[in-house]
Amino acid sequence: MGEEKNPGTEERPKWDNKVQYLLTCIGFAVGIGNLWRFPYLCQIYGGGAFLIPYLIALVFQGLPLLYLELAIGQRLRMGSIGVWKNISPMLGGVGIASMVVSFLVSMFYNTIIAWVLWYFFNSFQNPLPWSQCPLNANQTGYSSECEKSTSVNYFWYRETLNITEDIGISGSLQWWMVICLATAWCVIYICFIKGIDSMGKAVYVTATFPYLVLTIFLIRALTLPGATDGLVYLFTPDWEILKKPQVWLDAATQIFFSLSVAFGGLIAFSSYNAERNDCERDALVVGITNSATSLYGSIPIFSILGFKARTNFNTCLEQNILTLTNHFDIAERNMTVENYDQWFDYLNVTHPGDIASLPLRVCDLQNFLDQSASGTGLAFIVFTEAVLEMPGSQVWAVLFFVMLLSLGLSSMFGNVEGVLTPLQELKLVPKWLPHEVLTAIVCLVSFLIGLIFTLGSGNYWVEVFNAYVGSVPLLIIAFCEMVGVAYIYGMKTFSEDIYFMTGRRPNIYWKACWMVISPLMLLVVFVAYVALQAGTYPTYPAWNPNYENFPQTETKEYPKWVFGIIVALVVVPILSIPVVAVYNLIRCGMKKSNANVSGPNPYSNEAFEIETQERNTQSI
Amino acid sequence: MWSSCVRTRSMLSPTTLCVCNEKTALSFLKIWFMLQYEWNRNQRFLFQAAIAFAMSHHLDLEFNVSNILVCDETPRVSFWFVVTSPDDPSRLVGKESVELAVRASRSRINNILLLNDATLEFIGVLPTLAAPVKPATPSWLIVFGVVIGIIGAGIVFLLVSTVVQKKRYVDDDEEAQMKRMAGNEGICNTSFSECDRNTQM
Repeated sequence: MGEEKNPGTEERPKWDNKVQYLLTCIGFAVGIGNLWRFPYLCQIYGGGAFLIPYLIALVFQGLPLLYLELAIGQRLRMGSIGVWKNISPMLGGVGIASMVVSFLVSMFYNTIIAWVLWYFFNSFQNPLPWSQCPLNANQTGYSSECEKSTSVNYFWYRETLNITEDIGISGSLQWWMVICLATAWCVIYICFIKGIDSMGKAVYVTATFPYLVLTIFLIRALTLPGATDGLVYLFTPDWEILKKPQVWLDAATQIFFSLSVAFGGLIAFSSYNAERNDCERDALVVGITNSATSLYGSIPIFSILGFKARTNFNTCLEQNILTLTNHFDIAERNMTVENYDQWFDYLNVTHPGDIASLPLRVCDLQNFLDQSASGTGLAFIVFTEAVLEMPGSQVWAVLFFVMLLSLGLSSMFGNVEGVLTPLQELKLVPKWLPHEVLTAIVCLVSFLIGLIFTLGSGNYWVEVFNAYVGSVPLLIIAFCEMVGVAYIYGMKTFSEDIYFMTGRRPNIYWKACWMVISPLMLLVVFVAYVALQAGTYPTYPAWNPNYENFPQTETKEYPKWVFGIIVALVVVPILSIPVVAVYNLIRCGMKKSNANVSGPNPYSNEAFEIETQERNTQSI
Repeated sequence: MWSSCVRTRSMLSPTTLCVCNEKTALSFLKIWFMLQYEWNRNQRFLFQAAIAFAMSHHLDLEFNVSNILVCDETPRVSFWFVVTSPDDPSRLVGKESVELAVRASRSRINNILLLNDATLEFIGVLPTLAAPVKPATPSWLIVFGVVIGIIGAGIVFLLVSTVVQKKRYVDDDEEAQMKRMAGNEGICNTSFSECDRNTQM
């Protein structure tokens, strides 16, 4: 033997240690969505009561899927394309679908990271740029768009996005966004430059830093006035709401998208593991950590939102107090926030006409607490406004955006891995092209296509991608994965594989989930999701300063051509599944007919079918 | 001479002669304070001095504290004030010039009284909006420059080190491997190495 191996070219890369692998998987699963989607869902779906459908979905859908992906990746030791081709040539399309979805998602996800970078760059100023309105053209007053909405809204919609009023109006490339996007892709590139060697080192920081910042925020937030209002509001269970089916659907979709399954990234990560590794425990660790992080993160988020509501409420009251004090010439400091109600009632009785004529605002704490937001609205509008009220705003702003950056980066690693590994397995890439150059090409192409999101209408496009690419195709891919492994690969073979890897066979819970419960849940979620979407023509909220109800967003319908693009985004990724299946069916049929003609094949002894198959596919 | 009453808001102590009232004012300017300190005669004196300063500064005439008359104070700390001409105490200075004087020295008056535009209002006199300070280079570009510089340096360093490593490996290939073979053969026969994953059956 003594075959001289050239280390680094033929050998499959390996994790330095188990911790790196776990941190990478946790980092991939824990993303920005854990912070800006879960607390919002918790709030609108009856607080503590939402945890019930959430945990049920985790146990019966999330964990089995996670375990499945980690197990097949580790056993078959290939990325998503190789794995599914291995299980059955007809399922080869599943891997391609994963790759396409990963590619599309990584493009718009990095735009979000570019936005976070922009805010991060802008947090090093005093005062923070979103705290003041700029003056209008002739310096007589503040810009009208800013005055009607708030300075925070203005900074997000005008100075960051420079958003147009309609998705059809593309506007021009915003140069500051372009360089932020370029920076984001450079960061990704530098972390991926040596494959998982460099990425594995980067996750030590990107996966752990968010927890540190969340803890700091937790301590800070709990000491802010009004924190308890927010927490009570978040966790007060409203059991009635569990009767609505929408809650269960949202819980299931939240778990599914939160765990980042069906992207192919998890399969790739676990394929770099040692063969005998306890992937069951890994799956449990990753899944439970992901949910625990969501819960843990929602506490500081909602404390801060409660603080913001309380501050707005106090400001509202103080404005009213000023108006009343000026009008009635009451002594200074006689009317305060605490005795405002008594004063108001007294004045209403004695001078009702005057009270009616004054421009008093209605101040309702519940109203302010209800002003919840999710997604970019939470991070870039609500939270930035809250940060302005906290002493030492710059520090908190910087910390918050670095945390978002870490969360986003660690998720991007999984997305990009879900593109790079299958690309190499597709054998489209010539052997002489070094890994670094391939990574650079992928980053460059993604950056160039991602320039769409830096146009004036970029935010609308991100919403389109977010809602349609990152949803239906993933559900279909996950369903095919589960059915493929449970029925086509065979539960028996799979159990044997797991026995080989972990030393014990999967128990009845896992088997029941893989074979029946999870595919059923996925099917129900998929059907319900499509039914809900198909019911109404899709609309989007547009920021239109000329709208009569400005600063409320105007609900517009997508134009026909955008609708066509949406359909394409949903259909194209999953198109590969039936196409490859049909292609292989035809080829199989032709081969069979050929084999019958030529008799037994002297080169293929079916007795050793499994091992020859493995060897062939291993020597890529 | 038409009178000009500039109404302010502050807390009160007994007034002296009141020259103005609402009937004589053409339009009234109110002023109110949100005070951190107690309003008394001395504070009122300081206020009068500040207005005298503003008037002197604006009109280039010498105004005295006695030229500023405060009247009609309310517990809200709100009152009217009138400025009399230094040459002729019975003559009042026009409201427009008082307004202009106040506007010109507004920040100075604020600082003297330890107040700001939110806590001291001359009703009818809008504060001039301070244009936000715009540094020559937006500060975000500086941070961006630092970050992209570090990343660029990192990328270049990693790429160069990879290229150098590959070159060194190719150069040393023959010699080093021969040395390793010679040294290892007596110790480990790689033919039966269990860790060789490419072992063919």
